[in-house]
Order: sequence, then structure tokens, then C-alpha cells
Amino acid sequence: MTNTLLKGFPIKEGERTETISKRRERRYAAEKRFKILGILSILVAISTLFLLIGNMINKGFSAFKQTYLELSISLPENKFPNEKQISPNVISELNFKSFLKRALLKKFPEIKSRRDKRLLYKLISSGATFDLQDAVFENPKLLGKTITTLAIASDDVDQYIKGNITANNQGRITIKQSKWIDKLVDDGVINQKFNLKFFTNGDSREPELAGILGATIGSLLTMLVALALAFPLGVAAAIYLEEFAPKNRWTDLVEVNISNLAAVPSIVFGLLGLAVFLGFFGMHRSAPLVGGVVLALMTLPTVIIASRAALGSVPPSIREAATGIGASPMQVVLHHVLPLAIPGILTGTIIGAARALGETAPLLMIGMVAFIVDIPQGINDSATALPVQIFLWADSPERAFVEKTAAATLVLLTVLIIMNLGAVLLRKKFERRW
Amino acid sequence: MINGFIISVIVLLILISFIAGRRRAISVVDGKVNLLKSLPQHYGLYLAIWTGLPAIFLFAMWSILQPVFLETLITTSLPDSQRDIDPQTVELLVSKILNMANNGFVNEYHDPTTKILAERLVNWRELGDAALLSSVITISVILGFWSYTHIKSKFQARNYVEKVIQLFFMGASLVAIFTTFGIVLSLVFETIRFFEKIPVNDFLFGLEWSPQTALRGDQVASEGSFGAVPIFIGTLLVTLIAMAVAAPIGLMSAIYLSEYAPRKLRDILKPGLEILAGVPTVVYGFFAALTVAPFIREVGNYIGIEIASESALAAGLVMGIMIIPFVSSLSDDIINAVPQTLRDGSYALGATQYETIRKVVVPAAFPGIIGGVLLAVSRAIGETMIVVMAAGMAANLTANPLEAVTTVTVQIVTLLVGDQEFDSAKTLSAFALGLTLFMITLVLNVIALHIVRKYREKYD
Repeated sequence: MTNTLLKGFPIKEGERTETISKRRERRYAAEKRFKILGILSILVAISTLFLLIGNMINKGFSAFKQTYLELSISLPENKFPNEKQISPNVISELNFKSFLKRALLKKFPEIKSRRDKRLLYKLISSGATFDLQDAVFENPKLLGKTITTLAIASDDVDQYIKGNITANNQGRITIKQSKWIDKLVDDGVINQKFNLKFFTNGDSREPELAGILGATIGSLLTMLVALALAFPLGVAAAIYLEEFAPKNRWTDLVEVNISNLAAVPSIVFGLLGLAVFLGFFGMHRSAPLVGGVVLALMTLPTVIIASRAALGSVPPSIREAATGIGASPMQVVLHHVLPLAIPGILTGTIIGAARALGETAPLLMIGMVAFIVDIPQGINDSATALPVQIFLWADSPERAFVEKTAAATLVLLTVLIIMNLGAVLLRKKFERRW
Repeated sequence: MINGFIISVIVLLILISFIAGRRRAISVVDGKVNLLKSLPQHYGLYLAIWTGLPAIFLFAMWSILQPVFLETLITTSLPDSQRDIDPQTVELLVSKILNMANNGFVNEYHDPTTKILAERLVNWRELGDAALLSSVITISVILGFWSYTHIKSKFQARNYVEKVIQLFFMGASLVAIFTTFGIVLSLVFETIRFFEKIPVNDFLFGLEWSPQTALRGDQVASEGSFGAVPIFIGTLLVTLIAMAVAAPIGLMSAIYLSEYAPRKLRDILKPGLEILAGVPTVVYGFFAALTVAPFIREVGNYIGIEIASESALAAGLVMGIMIIPFVSSLSDDIINAVPQTLRDGSYALGATQYETIRKVVVPAAFPGIIGGVLLAVSRAIGETMIVVMAAGMAANLTANPLEAVTTVTVQIVTLLVGDQEFDSAKTLSAFALGLTLFMITLVLNVIALHIVRKYREKYD
């Protein structure tokens, strides 16, 4: 700086102001460039967020609609009209598949060859048979009547209607099939409805039948276990470290250990779960119990750190006042400091829980990645979690699973964003400046 | 079922003893509560602790140990003819018996010995459960009565109860220590077993990684080679790409947010970044595989470069995006910790805001920023889902970001997901990789946290 100033000295008065003002312009330009760079980087960050969410909506929104065929089916007469209750055996002996086939064939009387018939039948999903069967189970009086039913279309038809695949003879929808589909659309047979199955079914090999209920329940159970462990233990540890622990090397070690643990890659926790909980304790593979314990260990440092910060921000005057009126140290903490710190603790816990809910890698290690159709009933049943389901579907080759994956992602993102926003709001609402 | 019953019995006993203790305390002083050393509920809690804690402890230990114990019992009571076969068959037999006992007897094909043993197992289990229930109740009742006699007006129940609570708090803070120990022990233990099969040097310095060993003895397959260098290089490459994206963008965002942005804008943008940080990694992975990787490939085709569909570039880019909020929030904290006086001094000398940031704020914050970046690096190294979904599976010794590479985490996942035999070098190598990963991130974390801590103390 000094040098440049001195260098300017021999210049005449007018030139000097000119150089300075030129330099000033340069400096201001640099200032502007820098500011623009800052704006650009934040724009990149935020716009990728929008890009990502937009991408998922674009790819996944169509999964909330499902293609159905509206068929009128004449069911056979009830063979035992006199019996009050029709035994389930009678119903399950009926060939519901053939009823559906017949109803579909009625729309295309011109189809005669067996090969064409087989192609035609492929338009209906195998799930339609079960739907029909369930309907009759529920209401046996339907027997002998002609009913209009919504038969779920196969995933290829669904994708074709949604414009995700085009017909060609090598592909999943042949030209012939596409003509039939077009005719069915013109006749109003093929319709799109809200895809309730996506929310009420477990996983399936058939994309049109696959749903997220199993994975959602699995996630819920896992989170229940994780929170039931991590929240009390985390708060207790934070209280000890913040309020009671003597300042010495040992507590220093515990502290360093906790902040390190918070930065350990999540997959390492999965290895811990595999070696210790599955290998050593022999707990059930794929069970939400193990997943919950592993995620609890992973979330624990986050809860501890957040709780400590919240406890630490309660001013000493509160403690002194409580001590002054005769509270014991434990009463000071439990009756006065902890209640004031609860909002901060909850905020930290919600953020930790959100992270655990989105975690996949450790669950892969402990086998919560199996193909499971059933809805888990308890914490010891085999289950997957929502993020793992996303991972599994993303790996599936069928085109129809792409939109399922994106839709499941949307559901997960919605839950997580609500949780994160809730945490932000909670913090805003209870934020107190002492 | 029986567990639920025992738990409810324990809860009931605790409740009863709490009420009994409270009543007892009041009746000891004939209702003049101020004569007591502690509040009546403390006496109740005291009693509840004595009836509840030992019972819960017994119940927990028993539930863990009983299955192990019964399994050994079954194994030893196998007829000699079947016990002398190799251990694997015995294990299979035992698990068959366990299955039979657990799922009722679906017994068309089972031979009589297993059936008898399964029946015996069920009997033992019932016996054990009954013994557990009775011993839980006995212990609770005995200790309850014993502590009941302790309740006197001079007895300082509160101190006692608070001690126990504090012990619980202390125990909770030890869980984190145990977790670290658990991680280290389990990884080290399995790694040692791995190195018994494969020499350490082959693992650390070998240039070829193809862990496919023969699944069955009679299968003809290559031995499998476990040279981890290509994996390390791949991890390094992806991490470098990620940091090349995340470090500048994250840092610039932090500077803009903390130095330039008006308050209102900041209040909107910060939660936005937090949401970006809250997006699960599996979503980023799906995004990378579905959108980014094909896009990069298209661009490559357009300008005439061959780009692998699982290129390191795509995985690294998306991982960088994932880490941006991490870097930015850490740097934001650190820049905010730089005292305002330093800035004011710089402005007083006539510096512009840019000059102040570049010459004063950033140098002052530099150690902290480095610490934050190191933490981000450790995060990138340990990140799993993005690379599993968007990077390659096969090891490839290259520094070209356009080719497919594999990383440590990808290998751990591919080695451990799906069917696995527990003793093969292939499975064990995942633990060796896990230990390497843990050590590297541990060193990075320790250094980074130390720097950040020192830095915070400097300006506090």
C-alpha cells in the first residue's frame, strides 16, 4: 500500500487524482465481482434444491395415478344358494382370472388366435384377479350378478398411457397391443384413478401393485425404537456432561469422543450393528429393532450436542435463584433448567430424527434390504425402511419403477421437509434471548 | 407374550412400592410431613428404585442369556452320532430345532430326534420363563420389604434417589464411549481374521481388487485378489471432485450470507440451505443416477468424449452438492465468530468490503475454515448411498474422472449385502475396509475438531 502511494507522489496534482479514481474504480469493480460470485454460488446451491425437487415431481407425480380398465364381469351363480354363509373355499375355487379374460375378450370379438389372446390378457395386471376375488369374498351376494369392476392395468399399459414408453415390436408394448389400448381409451374403458394402492400395499415384483405401506411402517417402527433409546439417553448424557461432570481429562475424553462419533460415517455404524448385534447378540436380521438400535447409536451424539447447547444457553441466574431458595442440584436441573431447555432439545432431536429417517447405508448392512411383501407387525418382524425401499426400486430394471421411486422420494422428502421446518419453527417460537 | 407379562408385573410392583413408600413415610411421622428429612415422594421413589432396578436388571440379563444358554444345552444334548459331524452341520441342525420350537411343529419330514429335542427346548424355555418370573417377583418383594424397613424420619431419601439418578445420567454419557469401543473392537477383531488369510501388505499396497472367491469348494474360480489401492484412489478421486464443487461454492455462499446478504434474504436462504442439508443421501443418489449421470454422458457425446455412465464425475458432482450446505454452515459459524472490531479497523483504513473480507476476515477465519473443510472431506469419504447408486462397482485404477471408479463404501456395501458366508476372506475384507475408513475419518475428524475448537477459543 505504502509503496504504491509513494509511487504516485511525483505525479502532478490532476494526474494523481485520476490514478486514484481509476484505482478506486478497479477496487469497486472487484467488489462487485466478488459480490456477484457470492450470489451465484448461493444461487447454484438453492437452484439445485429446486432442480432436485422439480425433477422428482416431474418423474414421480404420475405414480400417484394408476391406470384401470373398467370391465363388466358376469359372475357365475352361487352353487349353494341355500346356505347362509358361503364358505371361502367355494369362492376361492372360482377362476376369477378367466372371468376377467372373458370380459376383456368381449371388447375384441375379432381376436381369435391364441397368441393374440395371450397378448391381450397381458394388458391386465395379475393383481386384478385378487382384487376381484377380495371383492367377492367381502360381498358374496355379488355372485350371479354382472358387476362393473375396475381391473388394474399392467405396468406396461400404465407406462404407455402415461407416455413413458412407446410401442414397438421389440419393446414391452407391441404395435398390436398399442392399437388395442388406443381403442380401449377411445371406448372409455381405460381410465386413470388416484393410486390408492401405492399407499396401502407392501412391496411387490409387479410395479403396478407395489406400494410403500410396508416400508413406511418399517421406518416408523425403526424410528420409534431409535427415539425411545436416543432421546432419554442423549438428554441424560447431556445433563451429566453439562451440569454435573467435573472438568477433568476423563470428561474431556468423553466430549472429544462424542463429537468424533457425530462425524463417523454412518456405514460404520452399520458394520457395528452387523458384527455386534447380529453376530454377537444374535438378534433378528432385518428387524426394525436392530435398525432402531443402530440408528439410535448414530443419532445419540447429535441429540447430546444439541441438548448440551440448549442446557448451556439457560442463564446461570436461573440456577442461582433456584439454589437460593433451597433446591438441591438435581432439583435445580430437573425442575428449572431442563424445562427451559426443552424447546432447544426438541429441535435438536427432530433434526437428528430427520437425519436418521433418511439414513440408508447402516440399514443395508443389517439386512433391512430384503424383498418383503408383508407389512411388518412388530419390531422383530422383517422389514425395510422407506429410504431403503427407494434404493431397492431405483435398482429395479422395470421402467415403471422409476416413477415409483420418484414418488416414494417425494413422500419421504415431504415428511423430512415438514420435520425440518417444524424444527425451524420450534426454534423461532421458543427462541429466547436472556 | 411372557416378556410383556413380566414387564407389566415389574411396572405394577414399582407403582405399588412407590405408593407404599410414600404412605409409610407419612405414617412414620404421624402425618407431620415437616419432620421428614425429605419429601414423601422421595421415600416412594427410594422404595421404587429398590423394587424396580434389580428386577429390571435381572430381566434384561436373563433375556439376553437364556437363548444362548439354551442353544448350548441343545447342542450338548444332541446324540453323539450327530455331534461328531462337522460344526456347520451341527449348527444347521440346532437352527432347525430352534425353528421348529419357534414356529410350532410343522412336522411331516422331521426325524424323531430333532422333534424330541425341539419339544425339550420348548419345555426348557417354559421352565426358564417361569423361573424368571418367580425370581423377579421374589427379588422385588424381598428388596422392597427390606428397604421398607429403612424408611424412618431421619433417613435422607432424597440424597439417595438423586445419587441413583445421577448415576443413570453418568451411565448414559458412557454409552457414547461404549459405542466407540464397540466399533473399534468389532472392526479390529474381524480385520485381524482377514489378515490371517490375506497378508497386510497385499491389502494395503496391492494394485488389483477382485474379491470374488469361489463360493463352493468344487467351484473353479480365481483366488480373488485383495489389493485395495484402486479403491483408495477411486475414493480419493470422487472426494476431490466433490470438494472441488463444495469448498468454493460453500465458502462463497457462507461469505455472502454472513457479510453481504440483507437480514430478510438471509432468513429465507438459510432455511433453504438447511433443507438441502436435510435431503437424504439416497435421494441424491437417485438424482445422480437418474438425471445427472445421463446428462453428463449426453454432454460428453455431444462434444465427442466417451464418458462412462457411472463416471466418477457424476457421483462427485452430486456429492459436492450434498456437501455444500455442510461447508457453508460450518464456515458461516466461523466467519461470524470473527470479531466485528477487526472489520471496523479495516474499514477505518479505507478498505472496501471485499478487501476487508479477503485480507482480514478470511485470514482470521482461515484455520476454522480449514477445519470445516476437513470435516467435509471426512464426510465425503464416508458417504455411501450416492456412490453406491451412481459410481461403479468394479475396481479401476485410474485418475480419469470420466471413467467409472469404485470407492471404499461401495465395496463394503457390495460385499456385505446379500448372501454371505461369515468366514470367507470376501466378507472379512469388508471389515478391513471399514476399519480403514474409520481410521481415516477418525484422524481427519480429530484434527478438524481440534482446529475448530482452538479457533473458537481464540476469539471467545
